[in-house]
Amino acid sequence: MSTGTAGAPTARTLARRRRREGWARGWREFRQNRSGMVGLVVLTLIVLVALAAPLVADADGLSVTRAEGGVLEPPSSSYLLGTDDNGRSVLTLLIWGARISLLVGLVATLISMVIGTVVGLLSGYFGGWPGAVLFRVTEWFLVIPFLPLAIVLASVLGRSLLNIVIVIGVTSWAGTALLIRSQTLSIKERAYLERSRALGAGHLHLLRRHVLPNVAPMVFANTTLTVAIAILTETTLSFLGLGDPTRVSWGSMLQEAFRVGAITTGSWWFIVPPGVCVVLVVLSFTLVGQALESVLNPRLRERS
Amino acid sequence: MTFPASPELVQEATEQDRPRHRGYARYALGKAGGALGSLGFLLVLNFFLFRVLPGDPARTLGRGRFSTQEQLDDFNQAYGLDEPLAQQFLTYLGNTLTGDLGISLRYRVPVSELILDRIGPTLLLVGTSTLLAALIGIWLGTRSAWRRGGVFDRVSTGTSLTLYSMPEWWLGLMLIATLAVGLGPLPGLFPTGGLHSVDADPWSVGGVLDTIRHLTLPVTTLTLAYLADYALVMRSSLLDEMGSDYLTTARAKGLRDAAVRNRHAVPNALLPTTTVIALNFGFVVTGAITVETVFSIPGLGLLATEALEIPDYWVLQGTFLVAAAAVILANLLANLAYGLLDPRVRT
Repeated sequence: MSTGTAGAPTARTLARRRRREGWARGWREFRQNRSGMVGLVVLTLIVLVALAAPLVADADGLSVTRAEGGVLEPPSSSYLLGTDDNGRSVLTLLIWGARISLLVGLVATLISMVIGTVVGLLSGYFGGWPGAVLFRVTEWFLVIPFLPLAIVLASVLGRSLLNIVIVIGVTSWAGTALLIRSQTLSIKERAYLERSRALGAGHLHLLRRHVLPNVAPMVFANTTLTVAIAILTETTLSFLGLGDPTRVSWGSMLQEAFRVGAITTGSWWFIVPPGVCVVLVVLSFTLVGQALESVLNPRLRERS
Repeated sequence: MTFPASPELVQEATEQDRPRHRGYARYALGKAGGALGSLGFLLVLNFFLFRVLPGDPARTLGRGRFSTQEQLDDFNQAYGLDEPLAQQFLTYLGNTLTGDLGISLRYRVPVSELILDRIGPTLLLVGTSTLLAALIGIWLGTRSAWRRGGVFDRVSTGTSLTLYSMPEWWLGLMLIATLAVGLGPLPGLFPTGGLHSVDADPWSVGGVLDTIRHLTLPVTTLTLAYLADYALVMRSSLLDEMGSDYLTTARAKGLRDAAVRNRHAVPNALLPTTTVIALNFGFVVTGAITVETVFSIPGLGLLATEALEIPDYWVLQGTFLVAAAAVILANLLANLAYGLLDPRVRT
């Protein structure tokens, strides 16, 4: 295969090439999955709008004092989605809210993934009491109901963007840890790990070089599913008034709408769009996650 | 386990006599031990959440309510916050185990009384919704899987996924806007919130009907929110069963399609679904909190979200404890039932 001047390919380049080919094959299979592709396109669009927020909607539109519209004005040509109770354009809030909702979802997921993967890897890799203890802790976090714990944490820590990210991160990792643990348990017994161990590889080397690359695809698929849940949680916590009061997210918009009675006054433009955005993003992440799972796990593929 | 004189013999004898019961007893004890451990962890977590987190507890709990050092000291003394941590923990443990959860800052009554007062509506709401959601969800999942890829499957799976992606309280808001407030020419059909009308006597026939009318929208909301999960899980676990040889055998025996489905495939597919239903109790609690808030139903969820505004820490702590303990117990019960239904898990 390799006819370059570098001579015979080393084990490392071979492994790299195989991995790259694996990802390419995965992408080809992913493209066959229609709902996964729809989710990916919707997500890309929303992320682009969120990134381009300063270009498409003036940040001044977020200021309560500089708002120019009337109170809860219905949609018109100047305010495509009407105004909120402070006279701000709902569309502007929606576009800027996307940034906070996505940011909180992604960073919280990152925390949750790191904790979940580390705990899962260690509890699967190390038998004996350390593994057992970690497994127990995972089980505990799995049964403690998520929202009550998040509410208590958020109310004790105070209301800020960082705190809400931490709260979601530390309350949502248990499912991932269990998944990674079971994967690790099955990989641990494989022959190439034993061979590597016989050659004198240490725990760190085995975990980093052999176990982690094998569970990485699962982590990846699980990440997209966790983002969906993290965004839903952010929305719910903000709705309950636990979000950062200085920033607009879809959840805080809904809280404001509920607080000022947008439902009874029939101001649908303040309640419907943020909810629809949440559903679209969460659904898209879920669809992409499921498509990834079926690409990575052929046994699931015949299901959908 | 301890055995008398000749352990092997005794063990052999008991295993021959009642192997199933022995296995189940060990399984049940293990599960009960696990639940006990979780409860212990919960007690410790609950204590430390409020005491060791950054900041002085009195300041956090009082939220600027104290202007002088004396007031602060009084507060610390009243709640035992000036004692050493270990002593505080023992007091807390003793109090919690005897049902003393502190005094609500807002209502000035014991938290345990408040919780007992408010638990009824929550149980009614959550119980009805869970039951309906499980029945409808399992039916949907079964039909979807059996005719996979058909119109019914696609519509049902798409709807389930959408419902799953929706904050349940937002669905509730939408139902209020359309069916309670009324949309355009459509009049409001249901009350917008509350458990019953102010003047209704809850124990008369009219009162019961009134309560049902009030609960229709919240129960519908929660049922829709919960059933998505059941439908999706039932669908995928039935799909797992569908390639099995025993189904081919059943068909080869000449059984009709419906009999193969209902008597052979569905019972087996129900097993993993039970586990998911058990794992879902935490999610059920979440739904109850937000939906009670949206529909202002005087249950535990509304108690907790109202406590957030003050913030009424003892009420928050109490409701958290009760909700988490309920989830742990419900999980244990589901596990015990699962062990009875499926001997394979007793390993």
